Amino acid sequence: MQASDRFNINSQLEHLQAKYVGTGHADMNRFEWAVNIQRDSYASYIGHYPLLSYFSIAENESIGRQRYTFMQKMLLPCGLPPEREED
Amino acid sequence: MDSTDPEIAKTQEERKKMEQQLASLTSLTFDTDLYGASDKGSYHTSIPANEDEENPDAMENEAVRKISSITGHKSVLKDIPSADNDAADSGFRKPQRIIDREDDYRRRRLNQILSPDRNDPFTAGEKTPDPSVRTYADVMREEALKREKEETLRAISKKKKEEEEAAKAAPEKSQQQKRRNRWDQSQDEGGAKKVKTSDWDAPDTTPGRWDATPTPGRVIDATPGRRNRWDETPTPGRLVDSDATPGGVTPGATPGATAWDATPKLSGMATPTPKRQRSRWDETPATMGSATPLPGATPAAAYTPGVTPVGGIELATPTPGALQGSFTPEQYNLLRWERDIEERNRPLTDEELDAMFPQEGYKVLDPPASYVPIRTPARKLLATPTPLGTPLYQIPEENRGQQFDVPKEAPGGLPFMKPEDYQYFGALLNEENEEELSPDEQKERKIMKLLLKVKNGTPPQRKTALRQLTDKAREFGAGPLFNRILPLLMQPTLEDQERHLLVKVIDRVLYKLDELVRPYVHKILVVIEPLLIDEDYYARVEGREIISNLSKAAGLATMIAAMRPDIDNIDEYVRNTTARAFSVVASALGIPALLPFLKAVCQSKKSWQARHTGIKIVQQIAILIGCAVLPHLRSLVEIIEHGLNDENQKVRTITALSLAALAEAAAPYGIESFDSVLKPLWKGIRQHRGKVLAAFLKAIGFIIPLMEALYASYYTKEVMLILIREFQSPDEEMKKIVLKVVKQCVSTEGVEAEYIRNDILPEFFRNFWVRRMALDRRNYKQLVETTVEIANKVGVADIVGRIVEDLKDESEPYRRMVMETIEKVVTNLGSSDIDARLEELLIDGILYAFQEQTSDDANVMLNGFGAVVNSLGQRVKPYLPQICGTIKWRLNNKSAKVRQQAADLISRIAVVMKQCHEEQLMGHLGVVLYEYLGEEYPEVLGSILGALKSIVNVIGMTKMTPPIKDLLPRLTPILKNRHEKVQENCIDLVGRIADRGAEFVPAREWMRICFELLEMLKAHKKGIRRATVNTFGYIAKAIGPQDVLATLLNNLKVQERQNRVCTTVAIAIVAETCSPFTVLPALMNEYRVPELNVQNGVLKSLSFLFEYIGEMGKDYIYAVTPLLEDALMDRDLVHRQTAASAVKHMALGVAGLGCEDALVHLLNYVWPNIFETSPHVINAVMEAIEGMRVALGAAVVLNYCLQGLFHPARKVREVYWKIYNSLYIGAQDALVAAYPSLEDEQNNVYSRAELMMFI
Repeated sequence: MQASDRFNINSQLEHLQAKYVGTGHADMNRFEWAVNIQRDSYASYIGHYPLLSYFSIAENESIGRQRYTFMQKMLLPCGLPPEREED
Repeated sequence: MDSTDPEIAKTQEERKKMEQQLASLTSLTFDTDLYGASDKGSYHTSIPANEDEENPDAMENEAVRKISSITGHKSVLKDIPSADNDAADSGFRKPQRIIDREDDYRRRRLNQILSPDRNDPFTAGEKTPDPSVRTYADVMREEALKREKEETLRAISKKKKEEEEAAKAAPEKSQQQKRRNRWDQSQDEGGAKKVKTSDWDAPDTTPGRWDATPTPGRVIDATPGRRNRWDETPTPGRLVDSDATPGGVTPGATPGATAWDATPKLSGMATPTPKRQRSRWDETPATMGSATPLPGATPAAAYTPGVTPVGGIELATPTPGALQGSFTPEQYNLLRWERDIEERNRPLTDEELDAMFPQEGYKVLDPPASYVPIRTPARKLLATPTPLGTPLYQIPEENRGQQFDVPKEAPGGLPFMKPEDYQYFGALLNEENEEELSPDEQKERKIMKLLLKVKNGTPPQRKTALRQLTDKAREFGAGPLFNRILPLLMQPTLEDQERHLLVKVIDRVLYKLDELVRPYVHKILVVIEPLLIDEDYYARVEGREIISNLSKAAGLATMIAAMRPDIDNIDEYVRNTTARAFSVVASALGIPALLPFLKAVCQSKKSWQARHTGIKIVQQIAILIGCAVLPHLRSLVEIIEHGLNDENQKVRTITALSLAALAEAAAPYGIESFDSVLKPLWKGIRQHRGKVLAAFLKAIGFIIPLMEALYASYYTKEVMLILIREFQSPDEEMKKIVLKVVKQCVSTEGVEAEYIRNDILPEFFRNFWVRRMALDRRNYKQLVETTVEIANKVGVADIVGRIVEDLKDESEPYRRMVMETIEKVVTNLGSSDIDARLEELLIDGILYAFQEQTSDDANVMLNGFGAVVNSLGQRVKPYLPQICGTIKWRLNNKSAKVRQQAADLISRIAVVMKQCHEEQLMGHLGVVLYEYLGEEYPEVLGSILGALKSIVNVIGMTKMTPPIKDLLPRLTPILKNRHEKVQENCIDLVGRIADRGAEFVPAREWMRICFELLEMLKAHKKGIRRATVNTFGYIAKAIGPQDVLATLLNNLKVQERQNRVCTTVAIAIVAETCSPFTVLPALMNEYRVPELNVQNGVLKSLSFLFEYIGEMGKDYIYAVTPLLEDALMDRDLVHRQTAASAVKHMALGVAGLGCEDALVHLLNYVWPNIFETSPHVINAVMEAIEGMRVALGAAVVLNYCLQGLFHPARKVREVYWKIYNSLYIGAQDALVAAYPSLEDEQNNVYSRAELMMFI
């Protein structure tokens, strides 16, 4: 760990990751990052009502249905994780 | 941080070189008178980013921080010796041994013994336990036996006493009998002493001796088959005992052990018990030779513990317990000195002589045949165990090869061993071949090594050893581990730090061993329980933690099985600590789990001790877990309630105390749970006297506040009769309890003022408001509190009326108590109740008390005076001339103390004088004070300045006499005074004048003051420095910024960092008060001075400036951008750091004000610094980027970030992810719109299709 990290939140990377799920680290791969991006995006769509209503108009779905679909999509937003080469 | 320092140092070095070249070129000269000869080498070359990291001269800082409340000359402060220094200087560091600060009661922990392992029924399962293992039943049987013996002994001694009394009638009484008498009288106090007594006087009457004190040796010796021998009670001197006694416990003391085996007879006759060893023999170092077996022999023996001197061992008690118990700290010191002297005066060895003398010209002669070397015969005599020892004495072999100067180095990089450690770690010094040892021995050795490292090693050694012990705990096994650790904790010379470390080891190991600890629970408790009553708070917390972990690891059943026998132990100490340990178990495992057991114990028919302890456990639970008892309150009360009617007085007392603790913990709820005890309690107070009554009253005192108003009033009246009767009790403890109960009763709602006034007050004042009460600190406090509480009910007039006459009492402590009460009452309730007559008496009394005070603590009188005068307000007007007369007269007093008090009083009453429109009087006082500005005592001068300040504050600048234009020049020289109190008051006064009345003083005078103020920036007290920089602002406002700024900018060249930092703050404040445009040009121009400190100072000023001016900064951001560009590209780290923090403040100030272009430009300069490793720099850079996130939006910064998130180099990725994370934490939602679109892979969809939707 760098000396400079001793004083800020990055000093406890594990703690940081536990507290803020979407934070990343140097060993993060494309898939993991993309999953976070997708989930953050869906959370944001659900959280901003105007966005949600925009999407529901575009999809011709009720707002409740749209919210439900988004939440379902958060489960596996990018499909199954790719096989890791190292393991 | 350290890893980066070399880098900084290197750059600084280079810079220094460069500057030396530059310095010869530049022709800039500074006024050397003002700034001193410019020795740039000693300048600070870096400014840490944070305010609080400034550390001027370490020693100064240290001392000053500790004594910030004390004022005095700096030079004096510097010389104050600190405890650490002293210790280091004397060469003999006084170790902070636990035993040194313990009282006799706490030392009784050393009497405890580590009991043998016990059977763990959980692992054993259904099968009957091996007879060799001690089961619960065995332990209980032993306890019962012990108790029986105890009772027998008591009967015997009682009989003896009776006989003696009969014999007393006879005139001839032998000396012997007299002594016995003395011993016997101490019997009633406790079990320990009783044993002692009988054993001492008639050794043959204690057949159970051995059984009563199982030695720690049994821990190790509890091999199968031995138990039976132990359990029968051998007669002293019986041969069988000998081989059961564990000489072998002291590692490496094998010769001792065998020698011991050979002469079993002595053991029986001459073994003093450990207890007696401590109390009788060991206090006197004279007996050292015989009492300290280990180092008693020659120094050779002390250093090579492998060869234990036989005589020593056999003379003393063979048990390690005794061994440990026998060392007093004095003896150790004595030994150390002795050894030291011995080493210095040792005979020279042949090798040394060879080295000293030339090879030729000398001849080595053979000593004459008759010569027998005797070295330090006196010591040898001392070391020889004189009595009885002859057949056993062996002449220790002299070891020629030993090294005298340094203690024998422990092999394998082991830490230094103290002499007292040898008995535990001695085996490590034997350089045996590790491979030859059996696996068990190897394991043992390994544990010892690790423990030694933990105990005496350096922090890194300790850390790794601790980790290894933890990791391998299960591999080592519980037995070997605890058999090593626990005896160490019983070591009498243990120091706080060592104990802490060893306890930490236990904690870690516990965690790993989990259920394996079960057989050792009792042993661990014996060691840990004393921590629960330690006077050190952290030790207590530590003890609680361990016991709590232990109970979680071992489970409730094991804990109860381990502690049950101790509940009715004959020793009060054991019962006390056990009760506390049980309360910890209850809080760890939940009260409900423990309730059935507690119920059974509290109703024990067998012994009152068990009931007493059971009830005490409830008390300790209440104290420990506080309001969390509420859910279980009813069951806890039910468990103990019968104790109120117990036949034993001690049980009744503890029951009442437990109820008090429960009620206190439950307050203000839970009265319904106490319903069942109300009757016995109230009945009890009519039946009991003395201690029991006190306890009952205490319980009532805590229960009444829980009641509803109606009941509270009824029950209070019931108890009050008794309380009033007990007002007269001469017993101090009773007095305190009665006062407390009165306070509690009076404060409850249902008790009416009328009742208190008529029924309580007369007796209360007659009995308690007497001089004697003021002498004891605790009585004093309690009485004041109770009286204030009564006053809250009955009003000011009643109370003050009763005690006001006492302000003229002849005893000063009593007057002080009266004054404090009046102060508190008047502050609480105001003075509107006080009529004219009382008012007169009050002022008169206060004046008298104020004038007559002689003691050092003047605050009570001052506060009282201030409180009364302020509360009376305008009603004081008629008395003011008198008061001022007194003040004036006292200002002229010979004693400095009196003058100071008078001046302090002025500052207290200035506001009231204004209310009374006594401006003329105040003006007069102002002149008087002005005349006393020549005061030489700094404390007094400080008070006089404070008084002047309060007058100036109240009457304003224009009406002030003496006029401001006369006053201020008089203050200028006082600014030079280095006394903290003077400085603080003076700068406050000057600042106030600069703020409100600057126009009364010519500009030249203000400039003079500016120069003086620069010195004030050196002050240690932050308040003074802050007042100073603010004053700069006021002055600049009054006379314009130019001159002040010039002074300040010049001051950037001084050497002290603190001074420069304060200067930069002052510049920023000046800029803030006089608008930045008046200051910025000169400031930026100063940046051209090719000097590090100046440039950094300018940057720091800019940083503060933009912090202070906030959004006003948008007008100046373009002006300073080129300067910041330059600074951000500078080679010097500090330049970049300070510039980055300036950028941060700038960005935060102008967020949303349309300066994005400039900010992006600056971000481009900040960004390359993200790879800096110096902590200050990188922090400043990261904060600047955070500032940019706020000002520019997260999307912009994300785009900077994206380039490095998946960089091939890990170091780069780490930094970029760090930035990404803080970005994410700061503005997660804003990032959603800015994430890059990722391409899909064969199985995974990464694109965000929703964002493509379009209506």
